[in-house]
Amino acid sequence: MELLGQAVAAIPGVSGFRIEGGELVAHASRESILTLMTTLRDDPRFAFEQVMDICGVDWPDREDRFDVVYNLLSVTLNQRLRVITTTDTVLPVPSVHTVWPVATWWEREAWDLYGIIFSGQPDLRRILTDYGFEGHPLRKDFPLTGYVEVRYDEERKQVVNEPVRLTQDFRSFDFLSPWEAMTTLPGDEKVFTERAAEQAKG
Amino acid sequence: MSETIGIVPSAKTVEIESHSINFGPQHPAAHGVLRLILELDGEVVERADPHIGLLHRGTEKLIEYKTYMQAVPYFDRLDYVSPMCEEHAFALAVEKLLGITAPDRAQWIRVLFAEITRVLNHLLNLTTYALDVGAITPSLWGFEEREKLMEFHEAASGARLHANYFRPGGVSKDLPAGLTDKIAAWAETFPKFVDDIESLLTNNRIWKQRTVDIGTFSAEQALAWGFSGPPLRASGVPWDLRRAQPYDKYAEVEFQIPVGRNGDCYDRYLMRVYELRESVKIIKQALAKMKPGPIKVQDRKFSPPTRGEMKRSMEALIHHFKLYTEGYHVPAGATYTAVESPKGEFGVYLVADGTNKPYRCKIRSTGFAFLQASDVLCKRHMLADVCAIIGSLDVVFGEIDR
Repeated sequence: MELLGQAVAAIPGVSGFRIEGGELVAHASRESILTLMTTLRDDPRFAFEQVMDICGVDWPDREDRFDVVYNLLSVTLNQRLRVITTTDTVLPVPSVHTVWPVATWWEREAWDLYGIIFSGQPDLRRILTDYGFEGHPLRKDFPLTGYVEVRYDEERKQVVNEPVRLTQDFRSFDFLSPWEAMTTLPGDEKVFTERAAEQAKG
Repeated sequence: MSETIGIVPSAKTVEIESHSINFGPQHPAAHGVLRLILELDGEVVERADPHIGLLHRGTEKLIEYKTYMQAVPYFDRLDYVSPMCEEHAFALAVEKLLGITAPDRAQWIRVLFAEITRVLNHLLNLTTYALDVGAITPSLWGFEEREKLMEFHEAASGARLHANYFRPGGVSKDLPAGLTDKIAAWAETFPKFVDDIESLLTNNRIWKQRTVDIGTFSAEQALAWGFSGPPLRASGVPWDLRRAQPYDKYAEVEFQIPVGRNGDCYDRYLMRVYELRESVKIIKQALAKMKPGPIKVQDRKFSPPTRGEMKRSMEALIHHFKLYTEGYHVPAGATYTAVESPKGEFGVYLVADGTNKPYRCKIRSTGFAFLQASDVLCKRHMLADVCAIIGSLDVVFGEIDR
């Protein structure tokens, strides 16, 4: 796996590799994705005949907020590789549907759920969300409840979309334990300062 | 159209123009809520455009707001025909990130129930597939057999379908007394049942007319279109994750992997029939090799204590409370873990950020890739063949639409 990683890292456009929990992960630049993927498929050392999955991951704090993750599989050499590239909301990622036709739907999904643009993809329609849906629901800044709710209007005899109205506020409980992060309880600081002073004395 | 080819319309010539029809979303052969827009030339399909997402529930988004343990039931509801195999992928992914391994007995139970689930799934697929192309009897027989298996599901987990049984770190509870004997007795009778089903279909002239050479896919095509599982093996690629990248106890069981040659609808049917027989072999071996022992990791930071322990020990009570409110924290990292679900490769790409909730949980559904290829598979086939092709791909929309 180490050898495979080094071989992958030697391809132009790959900025590095790491082995994470027994899985090989390579980082690549956005521009070189198409040539890189063609090499990975056609070079007999790699022979990644299949792309099992393409998906986005949103990191809103980053400058390039999206990861685009390609999970490749080689059935002849029985190996897997994960290629990760980054993009933001406007920069397009070259489409790999010419390398693997199955990529079309994964790319449509990434566009639908994250708004990642794929250049050279002739069929960049929405896929999972409703007809006429607006927004990209898997972005971290999209609320879990969404913006519109759908119901059947008996008077108008049709299905209507309305702004979402919650009878009860969305409840997000913070279950994270305070004990691990906070070493001093509020109002209890004196104990700790005294203890620290004692320790300093010896 | 007749003018372009220069034939003068006579009393015998019927003028047909290309038109498009909606197949589904309420078509009985659409296996759920598939909306397939078919462009037809007469009765021949020129183009098929599947519209999916009618069952989209935002599972991936919901999982980001749930703890790892609360996320497990969502996996039952993806591919509701093979619930335990979906849980299996998630459980293995979380275990990989946590760095824990389930105890031996738990792994055998998982293998056992993954195979029972495989039989359940194939029984449903084969029989409804036969129903789609006009054979009613297999579904009547098959559903009776499925009922027996669902009773095993119920005995082990308490639920017939949405089991929530495989958990990160093992299984939720041990098998009840006597269940293994019942499963062993069933495994003895089941091959006879497969023979019966085969006697209805395998050499049936009508069945063969409807499926042989329909929707053929070469090995190269199947690979390029992201196929896995029985449809990939039907095209002649000997690839099974249970053998190639074994998980749990699959490395310790003996079984054959059927491989087809033609990649048509009939071969995809045959793959599933052979897998039924192989699954029974695995079930028998799992029953024989299973030994008493713990069924989940004994680390109380990951698996809840027993009820009895909780009543006596303060520590156990605290652990129980913490696990069911906060849940466990998973160290930051990412994994793509795939299992051989009955339909094919079912993968989970899980990104953890060190908190008690997944940061991202991408579900690689098997049918998503199959359905995308339906355009290529259906091209230049008759309208009636679309039913056979969709049936042979074994699509379930809970999984595809997520």
